[in-house]
Amino acid sequence: MARIAGVDIPRNKIGEISLTYIFGIGRSTGREIVKEAGIDPQLKVEDWDDQQLTTVRNLINEKYKVEGGLRSEVQMNIKRLMDIGCYRGIRHRIGLPLRGQKTKNNARTRKGKKKTVANKKKATK
Amino acid sequence: MSRSLRKGPFIHYKLEKKVLAMAASSKKSVIKTWSRASMVSPEFVGQTIAVHNGNKFIPVYITENMVGHKLGEFAPTRIFRGHAGKKDKAKK
Repeated sequence: MARIAGVDIPRNKIGEISLTYIFGIGRSTGREIVKEAGIDPQLKVEDWDDQQLTTVRNLINEKYKVEGGLRSEVQMNIKRLMDIGCYRGIRHRIGLPLRGQKTKNNARTRKGKKKTVANKKKATK
Repeated sequence: MSRSLRKGPFIHYKLEKKVLAMAASSKKSVIKTWSRASMVSPEFVGQTIAVHNGNKFIPVYITENMVGHKLGEFAPTRIFRGHAGKKDKAKK
């Protein structure tokens, strides 16, 4: 295992893919990093030498916001919305979708698992 | 440069006039407005604006964090009081 930004990334994958195991790095950012570090994109992480590993580490440290730092930034943004009491903040507070989706049905990602109401009347035919 | 950037933020001209006058005169009173689509600009900070929600005016105290949002975002138009028979939470 290679350790980058406090996360173990898998050794048996190529750089671009392997880096996506870090929170805040996806495919395109991964590709960017590998390219900028001057590593052969087809090279698997286990074949990187120490020099290359350090280059990647430094790159991520300098240019990208990842893991804890990014998570807290996201949380701060949400907290800001809630504190100013705007519409999106209110929706965050009560756990409903923010972007105008319908909530009559679905919206389960925000609302969580179904809460069945006991003795709810069935519609009569 | 996108079209919306070129056009600049929308603030209803009468509201803007009132806000600027209020900021200059340094006395505080609530400004009523129906213009929910107006954006909060930095001059609004520290003032109280009563935003219409279709029924009545909701007083909104503008803080620095609110700059860039629209006034309507702070005056909800719907009140959900919760489902029947469910007694907890559900605040507006």
